[in-house]
Amino acid sequence: MSSKQQLRTRAIRGLQLDPALVTRVLQGFVRDEIGKFGINRAVVALSGGIDSALSCALAVRALGSDSVLAVLMPYRTSNPASRSDAETLVRQLNIASVLIDISPAVDGITDQLHDKPSDLRRGNVMARTRMTALYDQSESFGGLVVGTSNKTELLLGYGTQHGDMASAVNPIGDLYKTQVQTLSEALDIPKAILEKTPSADLWEGQSDEDELGFDYELADQVLYLLIDEQFTADDLVSDGYDSAIVNNVLHRIEASQFKRRLPVIAKLSHRTIDRDFRYPRDWGR
Amino acid sequence: MKNIRLAIAQIGPSLGDLNRNLDLHLEYVRRACDEDADVVMFPEQSLTGYFLSDLVTEVAVSRNDDRLNPLREASMGIDIVVGFIEETADHRFVPAAGYLHKGNWKHIHHKIYLVTYGLFDEARDLAAGSTVRAFTTPIGRQAMLICEDLWHPSTASIATSDGADIIYGLSSSPGRGISGGTPELGSAETWHTLNRMYAQLHVCFVAHCNRVGYEDGINFWGGSEVIGPDGESLIRAPDFEEALVVATLDDSMLRRQRTRLPLRRDENVALNGREFTRISAERHRVDVE
Repeated sequence: MSSKQQLRTRAIRGLQLDPALVTRVLQGFVRDEIGKFGINRAVVALSGGIDSALSCALAVRALGSDSVLAVLMPYRTSNPASRSDAETLVRQLNIASVLIDISPAVDGITDQLHDKPSDLRRGNVMARTRMTALYDQSESFGGLVVGTSNKTELLLGYGTQHGDMASAVNPIGDLYKTQVQTLSEALDIPKAILEKTPSADLWEGQSDEDELGFDYELADQVLYLLIDEQFTADDLVSDGYDSAIVNNVLHRIEASQFKRRLPVIAKLSHRTIDRDFRYPRDWGR
Repeated sequence: MKNIRLAIAQIGPSLGDLNRNLDLHLEYVRRACDEDADVVMFPEQSLTGYFLSDLVTEVAVSRNDDRLNPLREASMGIDIVVGFIEETADHRFVPAAGYLHKGNWKHIHHKIYLVTYGLFDEARDLAAGSTVRAFTTPIGRQAMLICEDLWHPSTASIATSDGADIIYGLSSSPGRGISGGTPELGSAETWHTLNRMYAQLHVCFVAHCNRVGYEDGINFWGGSEVIGPDGESLIRAPDFEEALVVATLDDSMLRRQRTRLPLRRDENVALNGREFTRISAERHRVDVE
């Protein structure tokens, strides 16, 4: 293997993107993959974070400000800055928004529990409650749900299945977190959103990077080299990457594979859905 | 060859909707006629869409299928290069490029190299072709190749050794590769290099028609082009958008470039034939042993 830090240079270069090119592809994606279904509207759950801000900005560029509804869904312990940052973006994009306080619904579930749910469980209930409210707004507004999960969190499994991971179309799922940051900057996402510490904001003081045990810049380099460039963990460690972190990343990818797939179906017939019944989603469109 | 006006129809077909795509073809044929084009060229699987999976058997047509009659009729006024899935008499489904001239197929090329890696899974559903041939029309000697065929330089060598002055490359090339912050997708960059390389090394015209649109989240980047024998671009369609662009292909370009750079004259076809025959026999022997 090559001298130390050579892969690091390669990863840094590999994670660079041309904002104009990527915006064009993603804008076209949103317009086309929603428009094909005879729909020209979208709903986006705005958390006040950078991922949902970018997805929302892309949806507005694709469909126009009249055609995008932002759905703000705070819980009573959510950071107030999350809501105000989301509102700043709503004003900047000149789009309609609805505010749905999920506290009564979440508490309605958790108050009935006989044990004290962990932060993780409460976080999952919040994420899935938001999904329920969001899909209701999808129906009432007549717009498809635009996803907000980036490639880093999808690969690390850092999301709630059937919660924040649920969407109809996801424009940012092939962008790593640091690429989301690059593109968001180019698309004039408000500074407060660009500069805040990434957090799922499911409980007070939560930080993605603390929870994961590594920062996004490092995670993205490791993921890019392992996934996109198909280097091995040994290659990375020889190049100077911390073996504990590389192995942690690998373990997370493997352990969360189920979240990235549809539920497995027990095969009985000769043609089972998604196994040997293989029609594209855009069938006839 | 005869001097011609070649129209490139950079369309975005609907996935698995033969009728809608046929209408789209007829519209672009009309537009090409309005531009006084002699030939109009469509991309790979232009009649069917690309990522078909189980839809293959539903959209495949035999070369004599009545549903193609409107296209046959349209070819009375203009030659048409079209992409489809051909169902053979023995029910194989083969990616095909057909050249229609005055209501008849002048030639049908079957894709040689099915692409089955990365995001592609063609060999799962499709059968491969087994010949590369140039063919003659009143325009002159030409050849058609389909997408992955052109990632194997031998196919273009065979086509031009067989006398093709124009290579029609039909593609459904998915856009991918954003690394490094370059303003062009990696797949686009590579294709432009390939087209130019073939045109220069084989001293011929290369017409590459790539589709646009999205299928299941995958974009097709367009950027169709015609390259002259000196490697210069004669026309380039926009990226990502449907378009009809027209280039004039002039025999004098071939004459001038072949005078300056007589690579074709000097190509040792007999040597290629002997050596490939030897290599093929030796490989076969190794496989058997």
